[in-house]
Amino acid sequence: MVPTNFYITLSAILFATGAMGVLVRRNPLIIFMSVELMLNAANLAFVAFASQHGSLDGQIFVFFVMTVAAAEVAVGLALIVQIFKSKHSINVDEVNSLKG
Amino acid sequence: MTIDQILFFILAAVAVATALGMVFSKNAVYSALFLVLNFATIAVFYLLLGAPFIAISQVTVYAGAIMVLFLFVIMLLGAESLPPGKVLRHQWIYASGLALILVGEAVYILLGRNAATGMIDRPDAFLNTVDSLREIGMALFTDYLLPFEATSILLLVAMVGAIVLTKQEKGGQK
Repeated sequence: MVPTNFYITLSAILFATGAMGVLVRRNPLIIFMSVELMLNAANLAFVAFASQHGSLDGQIFVFFVMTVAAAEVAVGLALIVQIFKSKHSINVDEVNSLKG
Repeated sequence: MTIDQILFFILAAVAVATALGMVFSKNAVYSALFLVLNFATIAVFYLLLGAPFIAISQVTVYAGAIMVLFLFVIMLLGAESLPPGKVLRHQWIYASGLALILVGEAVYILLGRNAATGMIDRPDAFLNTVDSLREIGMALFTDYLLPFEATSILLLVAMVGAIVLTKQEKGGQK
């Protein structure tokens, strides 16, 4: 028997770690990974509550979150590759204009 | 402390350590590998929470597909480590402070004000049967049919978008 609170606390810690990664790092690939970590933390909370209430709806929602994350990564990485081709750098501090 | 709680704390330590390792690794490849380990531990959490379908999806979609895509792009761009640019001084101290505030707020709101008082039991034998998967399939294709179809369109759009973005224009340089 594990209290639901433990899972929620772990989820909060992982989410904050992801947020810190977005703030600290200047490499957009690692910023993307941090966003994935935050999505996973939210998923963990969803599944914990779904398990506590004995309901499937939380699990179904996690399934949809995973799909959206996959789509986001595909488009985001394509954008990063294009930015690298036009600027020869992917440091987010140097990507400050919309026009290539 | 029961064996379930000991298991939880070991896995939680691994999850938090790998998350911090992901954020603070100098080399982006190490970051990606730390994140794979983090996703694997979260998949074990899903198993403990009685969600085997989600656990397997986590391993195949996240630890498999998404992280392989990340590794491809890291190695394609040679972006293992960026040259140090000008950054805010002591940026990571400010960011850590803000992250601690975020944890404090989340814990206060989620646990202080109206705490979830439930306990999560270990999954029962029902989850070892095909019926648990059948339930998810029934929910996905009856109650959630419209979101499911919307997801298929979303994936199609993402696929077309990724191809259009990386397509070389004929002759010209893009």
